[in-house]
Amino acid sequence: MLLSLEGATVRFGGRAALDAVDLAVAEHEIVCVLGPSGSGKSTLLRAVAGLQAVDAGQVLLDGRDQARVPAHRRGVGLMFQDHQLFPQRDVAGNVAFGLRMRGAGREEQAERVRELLELVGLPDAGRRGVGTLSGGEQQRVALARALAPRPRLLMLDEPLGQLDRTLRERLVVELRDLFGRLGTTVLAVTHDQGEAFALADRVVVMRDGRVAQSGSPLEVWQRPADAFVARFLGFENVVRATVAGTVADTPWGKVPVPGGSAQGERNLLVRPSGVRLAAGSGGGGLRCVVAARTFQGAQVSLRLRPEGEAPELEAVCPLRDAPAPGETVGVLFDAGEIAVLG
Amino acid sequence: MTATSTRSGLRGDAARLGLMAVPVAFFAVFFAHPVVAIVLRGLRGEDGAWRLAEAARTLGRPEVREVLWFTLWQALASTALTLVVALPAAYVFARLRFPGRELLRAVVTVPFVLPTVVAGAAFLAVVGRSGLFDELWGVRLDGTVGAVLLAHVFVNFAVVVRTVGGLWAQLDPGQEEAARMLGASRFTAWRTVTLPALGPAVAAAALMIFLFTFTSFGIVQVLGGPGVSTLETEIYRRTADLLDLTTAAVLSLVQFAAVGGVLAVHAWTVRRREATLRLVDPATTARPPRGAGQRLLLGGVLLVTAVLIVLPPAVLVQRSFSAGLGYYRALAEEDGAAFLVAPVEAVWNSLEYAVAATAIALVIGGLAAAALARRDAGRWVRGFDALLMLPLGVSAVTVGFGFLIALDEPPLDLRSTWILVPLAQALVGVPFVVRTMLPVLRAVDHRLREAAAVLGASPWRVWREVDLPMVRRALLIAAGFAFAVSLGEFGATVFIARPDNPTLPVAVAKLIGRPGDLNYGQAMALSVILMVVCAAALLVLERLRGDRTGEF
Amino acid sequence: MHIRRKPAAATAAVLALALSACGSGGSGDDAQESGGKTVTLVSHDSWAASEEVIAAFEKESGFKVKVLEDGDAGQALNKAVLTKDHPQGDVLFGVDNTLLSRALDNELFDPYEAEDAAKVGEEFRVEGDAATPVTTGDVCVNYDKAYFEEKGLEPPRTFDDLIDPRYKNLLVTENAGTSSPGLGFLLGTAAEYGDKGWQDYWKKLKANGLKVVSGWEQAYNEEFSGSAGGKQAGGERPLVVSYASSPPVEVIYADPQPEEAPTGVATGTCFRQVEYAGLLKNAKNPEGGKALLDFLVSERFQEDLPLNMFVNPVREGAELPEAFTEHGAVAEDPRTLAPEKIAAHRDEWVDSWTSLVL
Repeated sequence: MLLSLEGATVRFGGRAALDAVDLAVAEHEIVCVLGPSGSGKSTLLRAVAGLQAVDAGQVLLDGRDQARVPAHRRGVGLMFQDHQLFPQRDVAGNVAFGLRMRGAGREEQAERVRELLELVGLPDAGRRGVGTLSGGEQQRVALARALAPRPRLLMLDEPLGQLDRTLRERLVVELRDLFGRLGTTVLAVTHDQGEAFALADRVVVMRDGRVAQSGSPLEVWQRPADAFVARFLGFENVVRATVAGTVADTPWGKVPVPGGSAQGERNLLVRPSGVRLAAGSGGGGLRCVVAARTFQGAQVSLRLRPEGEAPELEAVCPLRDAPAPGETVGVLFDAGEIAVLG
Repeated sequence: MTATSTRSGLRGDAARLGLMAVPVAFFAVFFAHPVVAIVLRGLRGEDGAWRLAEAARTLGRPEVREVLWFTLWQALASTALTLVVALPAAYVFARLRFPGRELLRAVVTVPFVLPTVVAGAAFLAVVGRSGLFDELWGVRLDGTVGAVLLAHVFVNFAVVVRTVGGLWAQLDPGQEEAARMLGASRFTAWRTVTLPALGPAVAAAALMIFLFTFTSFGIVQVLGGPGVSTLETEIYRRTADLLDLTTAAVLSLVQFAAVGGVLAVHAWTVRRREATLRLVDPATTARPPRGAGQRLLLGGVLLVTAVLIVLPPAVLVQRSFSAGLGYYRALAEEDGAAFLVAPVEAVWNSLEYAVAATAIALVIGGLAAAALARRDAGRWVRGFDALLMLPLGVSAVTVGFGFLIALDEPPLDLRSTWILVPLAQALVGVPFVVRTMLPVLRAVDHRLREAAAVLGASPWRVWREVDLPMVRRALLIAAGFAFAVSLGEFGATVFIARPDNPTLPVAVAKLIGRPGDLNYGQAMALSVILMVVCAAALLVLERLRGDRTGEF
Repeated sequence: MHIRRKPAAATAAVLALALSACGSGGSGDDAQESGGKTVTLVSHDSWAASEEVIAAFEKESGFKVKVLEDGDAGQALNKAVLTKDHPQGDVLFGVDNTLLSRALDNELFDPYEAEDAAKVGEEFRVEGDAATPVTTGDVCVNYDKAYFEEKGLEPPRTFDDLIDPRYKNLLVTENAGTSSPGLGFLLGTAAEYGDKGWQDYWKKLKANGLKVVSGWEQAYNEEFSGSAGGKQAGGERPLVVSYASSPPVEVIYADPQPEEAPTGVATGTCFRQVEYAGLLKNAKNPEGGKALLDFLVSERFQEDLPLNMFVNPVREGAELPEAFTEHGAVAEDPRTLAPEKIAAHRDEWVDSWTSLVL
């Protein structure tokens, strides 16, 4: 493992910002830590970088404990959330900074700066002042600066946080492509699940300083470890249920679950795609009133209010089948889109 | 983010202690120790028995009460007079555009960095014996309160023009216009919009002036007669002339308390001043004078500035040349009249002392500012911030005497070494260094340092690559201030400078105190040299500073 | 010497201080000066002696003399008191009888009987040789002869005359708190009118237009109309508190020398001053200090001092220069006060005087 954290703990006052975190990142792997603000993900990066000492546990790089290694000797790169370009240096000066600190020669510096500016798509920006750069350009320069000294591990703190949506979506693809080509090992943190899933080989979800779930994007998406992860990923249909065999008893009535699901008192996730609308009002199933509908391109997202006390349901359906608000519909559940959580 | 009971917390404390250790040790050894020693000596007497009853009685003595009362009222009068004279000037320099404005604004700042003794000499040349006014109309003011008050206005004029005027120039005129559109008269608009915005700046300037005039020494010593005595000159007289250490100690404590109070109020107004104001580029707010009123105001301010600010130094220069180059040549002659060395030696002494004092002040002040600027600076560190200001107000004379009795034992027997004078001068230089550096250091984003560290910069490289480029200008400005202040320091130096190594202000004061045209002329010539050095230092500062308003 | 070393050492000194290894920075040559062959005399600004006389002493004794002039008489003494644990020199000269008690009470000196102590006038000597008398002189009011001749006015002669309305606005004196003759004159009035009476006298003096300035230099050479310096400076007061020996000075230093002194002495207004020297306790070179004290009462120095410091020798039989005897005045019954009385009341009197007159 290139990076491993073993029981890493950081406390601020009485509160643990990192609480016995175990995490491993293999060479050439892109790991994305996902979590709401305050979940400890930035502290995690700072602990790895050596900007924040751990109070317990260990940070190991290439198997070596880093407790006594100061930040500037760890050989990792960190791209800050708001870039932190040095205002008194031009673009080339910023990119060359890490190389200079490692004592690289002038020619080597110039060559590498040219190479990296080319790579991030700013080939002629070397002499520009950092104050004249747009947000996207600053982000690219910050990336070039972090990459220049060839860090064994590159860390990104909310790499695309401040950019607008379209730029973000484009850059995520570019970044993944770039890291793949360079073979860079990356540890990124973000609060945006879309960004995480698009970028990462592996996603680590954090909650209150602990790792809530770790796995490939697909695994996490398909099997959220618990109600928190499910809700954080944007799923709303999460309820308590009693599972017996392939049937769960829920506030929405009896719901089918896949075979082999955990038994007993559980949290149950029904993906919106698992909520099927029965044709017409007489189609049977759970009777719901359409409370709201939102167009999402080819699909329509519906909010359904079941009769009685049961919580609202989120559903999707194709545009042409969409019922109007106020209509009453019958709802059936698809076991394939239902997961029993831990 | 307060880290407690953690390894990171301990590491932060260690780093802070490391930075603070040298300034704390410096102030403990070279400020607290001497001051406490001389005060205790006064309160305890030779035998070690406390003389508190006698000390308390001191305050009831009529001549002591008179000094207290005089110190207070002359400081209040000086402050009020300065505000009356300088506020219109602040407006004119801020809002009216006229030829020579920039030059004049630089000129009015010169008196502030002028050593007080030189300011005194300049006024002596105008209102003293055979001064300009004496020759023209037979008017003499030397030895009177009037001369002291005028000299105080002369020195502190720039404080108002710069702090109040600097803000005034940046206030958005649109605010006043908005009030006018809502039906306010021109005066009402000014009263309800501009005045409240300026209020805290005026208060801060007034407090600084009060502080400077309350502790005035050089000016009172040169211009005041035997009956004109402030706390500071009285402490000097009680100690140097009468050896009445008890009264001197009590007076020192009174001054200490008063200055502490003023500093506390000042800190409060500074915080108030940070209230959000709409500030604009000063270049856009100035207009050529319009109408008879504004022209009259401009004319009046120019006249007052000419008479009060420009005339005294001009007469000083003229007097120094009244024997051709004779007085300057006499400075190089070792006639032994006033000194053991030729007066011109004092120039070199002063420059060398000032350079050494500046170096000390930069090291101590720089370390203190670096410690104070750390984001994890705790409460006690911020308390130290306030303490650093104290040397500005604590009786310099007390510090000087304290040096003499406290720094006399190995390993600190510095009394016979030349370093004693720069050490005393550095004490007053440090507050200026800290005040100048601190805001700049605080403005450096801490994550920039982290960015550099992650890119492989060691702590020392971080300081060199990130902090230094950003504070270089501030460092130079701080050095300039420390240099000017050290060069002009008089209160502490007058007693500890050795007779064979006088400094410029001490030499000037001594020459002024001696009769005869030659001594007088030499005093004027030395003052001119001192003035030129200070003005040159100021000019460099101005170029470095640009037109940002600072605390000083 | 001291001065040239500075710039190079400045940076090093800062570092040295930080390490508090500053103990004896720069005292290298001091040790050599004070501990070895140099004897340091601390004095007030008015110290003066002929070069050849000093040179002769240096040659005979083998010590080199270094003089530290340290402010006026009061300041030099006070600084010596403040630094007595580690004095700046070996001998302090210039403590007069008005301030002697301050030196003795603070145990500033080690007693020493100078070689020729027996030749010094009995009236000047201090019990137990706690201090060595060196000079004596009388503080008296001087007058400008020309002024009084021109006005057809008799010059004042006594203390009482000075409050006469005929002499309104004519007298300038020195601040008794800061000036040695100023204090002498105050003590003279206290001797004349008694512990209580002098305050009334000064009230009348003030009402009669007394002017007070800080020091003797200013009073005599700026405000007084009779002195050469005062004439040049446009001085307007024909009466000044100065010394009985001031008139000869006006003659000796004038070019060409006049037949007669332009100033005179009100001989009934005099107070006797004696200046002492003493061996400083903890002196680095006590042997040199003792040799210096012997020298100060030696015939050679005693006969040299009148024309340098314009005071009288204390040594009996010391010859006065001709100009001195010819133009000098002899005080009529100069006022004196017992040292104990001065010691007991001086500070209190100066304080009352300050609030009364200033």
